[in-house]
Amino acid sequence: MNKLAIFTKGIIKDNPVFVLLLGMCPTLGTTSSAVNGLGMGAATMFVLVMSNILISSVKNFIPGKVRIPAYIVVIASLVTVLQLCMEAFMGELYKTLGVFIPLIVVNCIILGRAEAFASKNSIFDSALDGLGIGIGFTLALTALGAVRELLGTGALFGYSFIEGDGILLFVLAPGAFIALGYLLVIFNKLTAKSK
Amino acid sequence: MEYFIIIIGSIFVNNIVLAQFLGICPFLGVSSKVGTSVGMGAAVTFVMAIASIAAYLLQYYVLIPLGIGFMQTIVFILVIAALVQMVEIILKKVSPPLYQALGVFLPLITTNCAVLGVAILLVQKEFNLLESVVFSVSTAIGFTLAIVLFAGLREKLELEDLPKAMRGVPVALVTAGILAMAFMGFSGLV
Repeated sequence: MNKLAIFTKGIIKDNPVFVLLLGMCPTLGTTSSAVNGLGMGAATMFVLVMSNILISSVKNFIPGKVRIPAYIVVIASLVTVLQLCMEAFMGELYKTLGVFIPLIVVNCIILGRAEAFASKNSIFDSALDGLGIGIGFTLALTALGAVRELLGTGALFGYSFIEGDGILLFVLAPGAFIALGYLLVIFNKLTAKSK
Repeated sequence: MEYFIIIIGSIFVNNIVLAQFLGICPFLGVSSKVGTSVGMGAAVTFVMAIASIAAYLLQYYVLIPLGIGFMQTIVFILVIAALVQMVEIILKKVSPPLYQALGVFLPLITTNCAVLGVAILLVQKEFNLLESVVFSVSTAIGFTLAIVLFAGLREKLELEDLPKAMRGVPVALVTAGILAMAFMGFSGLV
């Protein structure tokens, strides 16, 4: 597979949220606005790229039988680093995302890429793969956040340009499920046409 | 009274799946049949109760005295993973029928963010040991309630004639949204 394909496949063709349906908890839980979705996506992308690089560089030293616990330790350490950095420099975002930051550890996308890609490929390819999947995840979260924010409050990235209050339901829990459901319908429809 | 508020609050008002978005993977993945969803709910309840006790003891008797609170995420996930393995081994020996019933679901629980989520939440909310157990068991009951209700709805949906793009997960998500709306009706309770 060439480098470009490794990088781009995570964005549309193997988009982690819309196609593979992985990492649903942060997708639904943190997208009450476009900014929150973007922040969560970027945080996950950081852990994903770093864990892919680290795991790919130590793949020859880890015995096959204990590889999953070893990957989890690597990922959990990276999440702890991220958690401390965010608490220090991005206090506000850290507070809004709350429990979902430590929960990046159990995001199946990250362990999935470690097992399916980083443990078999070179460091550079793994970094590209992590970047591609991370961008796909971030785009999906930002899109869902933008839809919910626009319908819910009439604003986008905090800039209000529709008069009135919007449909509050979309900022609340049920709106997350319904908005993602219909985004998936649109995504399925579009990809079915292009095939 | 306090315990009553915790119980009602975590089963209905702040339902772990429908209001807090934790444990969505098994909620969408293991909810096509009512029978299997009951099994998943039981396995989660079992593991969550044990994990919450382990998390509480670790947090207050190991991490804080040693001054390494920042290791929380790493320690919790490893302990939960080890615990699930251990529960599986013990159940296999001690109670084969229960193992038969829960067996397939146990490995899935390690990646269930609800278990780690509850462990972190009970530390954040500064519960004592008994409150932690009550909180985790009632949260797990809330999970079971949501997944069983949802499985019942999905069994009916299977028979519906839907547009192609809506089949499967999209319609399941919309249904979950309507279920979450129904649960919002409980929000005045506590």
